[in-house]
Amino acid sequence: MNVRSQVSMLFHLDKCIGCHTCSVACKNIWTDRKGSEYMWWNNVETKPGTGYPGKWEDQEIYKGGWQKKGDGIELKGAGKKRGLVNIFHNPNMPNIDDYYEPFTYKYLDLIESPEGHDQPTARPVSLITGKPIDIKMGPNWDDDLSGSPDYARNDPNLKELSPAEQEAMFQLERMAFYYLPRICNHCLNPACVAACPSGAIYKRGEDGVVLINQDVCRAWRMCVTACPYKKTYYNWHTGKSEKCILCYPRIEAGLAPACMHSCVGRIRYLGVMLYDADRIHEVASCDESALVKQQIDMIMDPFDSEVIASAKANGVTDSTIKAAQYSPTYKFVKEWNLALPLHPEYRTLPMLFYVPPLLPVMASMREINQDDQKEKLSSVSKKWDDNWLYDTSTEELWGSIEQARFPLKYLASLFSAGDEEKVKDRLKKMMAVRIYRRWKTVGDVTEEKAKHALRDVGLSTKMADDIYYLTALAKFEDRFVIPPAHREEAVELLEFTGDHKGEVGFGPSKSVQRGS
Amino acid sequence: MSILNHFLFIAFPYAAIAVFCVGVTYRYKYASFKISSLSSQFLEGRSLFWGSVPFHFGIIIVFFGHLIAFLFPAEQLLWNSHPVRLLIYEATSLAFGFCVLMGLSVLFVRRLVNPRIRAVTNKMDIFLEILLLVQVVFGCSIALGYRWGSSWFASDLSPYLWSIVKLNPQIEAVSVMPWVIQAHIVGAFMIVFIFPFTRLVHILVAPFHYIIRPYQLVIWNRDRKTIRDPNTEWVPKRPKNT
Repeated sequence: MNVRSQVSMLFHLDKCIGCHTCSVACKNIWTDRKGSEYMWWNNVETKPGTGYPGKWEDQEIYKGGWQKKGDGIELKGAGKKRGLVNIFHNPNMPNIDDYYEPFTYKYLDLIESPEGHDQPTARPVSLITGKPIDIKMGPNWDDDLSGSPDYARNDPNLKELSPAEQEAMFQLERMAFYYLPRICNHCLNPACVAACPSGAIYKRGEDGVVLINQDVCRAWRMCVTACPYKKTYYNWHTGKSEKCILCYPRIEAGLAPACMHSCVGRIRYLGVMLYDADRIHEVASCDESALVKQQIDMIMDPFDSEVIASAKANGVTDSTIKAAQYSPTYKFVKEWNLALPLHPEYRTLPMLFYVPPLLPVMASMREINQDDQKEKLSSVSKKWDDNWLYDTSTEELWGSIEQARFPLKYLASLFSAGDEEKVKDRLKKMMAVRIYRRWKTVGDVTEEKAKHALRDVGLSTKMADDIYYLTALAKFEDRFVIPPAHREEAVELLEFTGDHKGEVGFGPSKSVQRGS
Repeated sequence: MSILNHFLFIAFPYAAIAVFCVGVTYRYKYASFKISSLSSQFLEGRSLFWGSVPFHFGIIIVFFGHLIAFLFPAEQLLWNSHPVRLLIYEATSLAFGFCVLMGLSVLFVRRLVNPRIRAVTNKMDIFLEILLLVQVVFGCSIALGYRWGSSWFASDLSPYLWSIVKLNPQIEAVSVMPWVIQAHIVGAFMIVFIFPFTRLVHILVAPFHYIIRPYQLVIWNRDRKTIRDPNTEWVPKRPKNT
């Protein structure tokens, strides 16, 4: 056992309202610079949809992530052989048009144009060339376009669905969508790290944040190909790759990352998880059907004395172990088994987990007799002559999950490598908690039925209360349990104080060395 | 003429080598952020393929061709003593020379024509590409006009280059060579001279260490294992990261 700590994240998709506050917070802090205008370290996608960059999930195009090779795994589009052979021209690299050409408007023209017969307009200009352009794509271009043929129909996750199922999904009255916010997953088996020929990308031992050393990056561009989530971006101006840094300066100061701090829907959770680093390779190379289970198995119980001992031997501080014991992500992922990683089949072991969305669609159409109801209406009311009820009651315990507007297969292809049972399991638990709360607050569900629902999915009332609390009521410090970075040692993260012993003052630091 | 020759073939090479060494060391040590291949594939990929790939593979082969004749002149002459082997050697070299010429021309046109690439081009890039282009054109014309360069390079030029290395420059041979060859030599040292100030520095950080490195890279800020063990000796140096 080789226990390390990892700052992991959890996004509760049932709560995401798609407001993009996270994206804007991130953009304002980190990527509002020349060369990084097109980068969205945090972005929010509408699903079904093609995402950003377009069809990023289609690894036949982008060749990201790992694939199985014999007993082990290899990088799909990069790696030692492919990476070095293709170093002069990477055939699998997306280019700026797969994202969008960054642009601005010549606002000054509105004010400074000479007098004329026409109203001056602010023309769009490219931020690369400075020349006027026709905008073809922009940030968040596919927002809420779930029904459109350009976006939703091209979702790579629809591949698994039969044509009939796809048609059913896009019928107007069944139309639905949800949001998928994405940041770097800070994977345990990161493909970007493995693909970097210079060794500029690394995983920080203390908290598992994956970073790119800007002084070592030489623009070999393999990380852009290798990351299956397309979360490393190439800065065309500086000639260096950049990616989400999980706001490590904020984390070290005990603050939540900007995207999480600003989250309006409070969908984001951040906490430490302890995992067994010896198992990374084995888990990443296991059978596709076992990937999710193995990855969750690999996360260790922070209360287990053996785990604690191994963590301590590895230099994990006591405060980090304590944070792991209070970690909200651990509860969601391991204790309650409510969350799933995004596209586990890429085998990078992502440490950002998602609670799949229940969607506002757990309703059924039921034929009922409306006559009684109609008689109650006044004579001037409009009377509908149909006998259908759009039924949102919880009478049917589990039936409605299979009847959801989104085929489970669709969610499964995003979150569990196609295993519908896993998604169903999570959704049922959420449904059970919902029924349980309905009994408590509304009361139109019997206690017996509520308890039965919980028993069915293996939740105790205590667990249901905890899930409810952490989902609906959780305060800031419940959602973000960030271990102290030990500020007393923080200066040593950058410089070793021993190197500067014997120096005085604040001037240029010259080491005091004996002449020879 | 002799003063000019002394300058071009003695003073200038030494100046170029000195500037190269100091410049490269400084840039690597203090301006590492500025060392990058500055790839523009992200902005334009299709014509880059027809430029970059033949250019790079060509220039690597051509560079090693020159290097072999410089380092092992005797072996080179021995190889060339058989006409078939000489022909094979010269033909491959020339073929790759043309590869460079073609690739570089594509790259040069791409750099001038494509507005996106223009946006990431500076004056030094243009100067460097012109210099390289001239150098390649001279190189190819020498190969065609002054036959069996691999032999006379080994017998006449290699001693000159070695004399520079040995700090005892002998320029008799080079000073009577045709002007194209002289220009090619000066051009070569010009490239060495401006090397630290161009994007050529990426050659020196070519990622060969990738081959032997493990795929995953984990870096600890401090070696806490050492820090937390009270039995370890206190050392004034920072504990090594593992």
